[in-house]
Amino acid sequence: MPARTGAQPACPRRLRLVFPADPLAVRQALHDLHEGLRDCPVSPQCRATMELVLAEVLNNVVEHAYADRGGEIEICVQRSGGGLVCCVADSGRPMPHGALPPGDLPGTDAADLPEGGFGWHLIRALSRDLDYRREGTRNLLRFHLPAM
Amino acid sequence: MDISFEHSGDMVVARVNENRIDAAVAIQFKDRMRELLQTAAPVVVLDLSQVAFLDSSGLGAVVAVMKLLGPGRRLELAGLTPGVLRVFRLTRMDSVFTIHDAAPPSLRHAG
Repeated sequence: MPARTGAQPACPRRLRLVFPADPLAVRQALHDLHEGLRDCPVSPQCRATMELVLAEVLNNVVEHAYADRGGEIEICVQRSGGGLVCCVADSGRPMPHGALPPGDLPGTDAADLPEGGFGWHLIRALSRDLDYRREGTRNLLRFHLPAM
Repeated sequence: MDISFEHSGDMVVARVNENRIDAAVAIQFKDRMRELLQTAAPVVVLDLSQVAFLDSSGLGAVVAVMKLLGPGRRLELAGLTPGVLRVFRLTRMDSVFTIHDAAPPSLRHAG
């Protein structure tokens, strides 16, 4: 590792990754983003939130937009104040009805506990300015993670 | 999926020796737990102290394991790291599980 004496820590203004839509590639991408932001003035809490929200968004792209058949995902993360702006693009199927799911929390009835349906709730609870649009054959999702 | 199992009387502690339960391993987690839970014990404590990251797929897998146990047995959780606890709180699943700060000391590994 080169000495950093006198040099500014390397913090890119913007990170961009393109990777295949499968769970292990998603895991690797999240790891790479974490590493890419290591020298940035972004709090550990904000990075942890980014990891969780992006994991939920990317899992949905893998399972639903691409229906587990694979494809390509592009993400970009940009610093904004002490927070982050993230965008995710894929060429899978559009969101049902062209809109994001409401993210209502499933019930916690002990007799019939849900094993899914938590993802959009987490995304909506932790992000701000969530925006989805379909452009041609691509899904574009963008959201803000405030400084914390 | 590395999960170790320790019996103590009518209790079993299942310790997840991985730092993530995410979409890439949720099915493996469920399958491995199903295998380990063949042995009957009324209370199963899932020690998550090594798990730094759990997403909604991981949460779903933990719920699925609880359902696998059926009505006669109980799944309790222990050692939730801050990131994992946050997912349980945000989804209100912290109200469904008994959550211990740590696994029972007599059952904890030395290292």
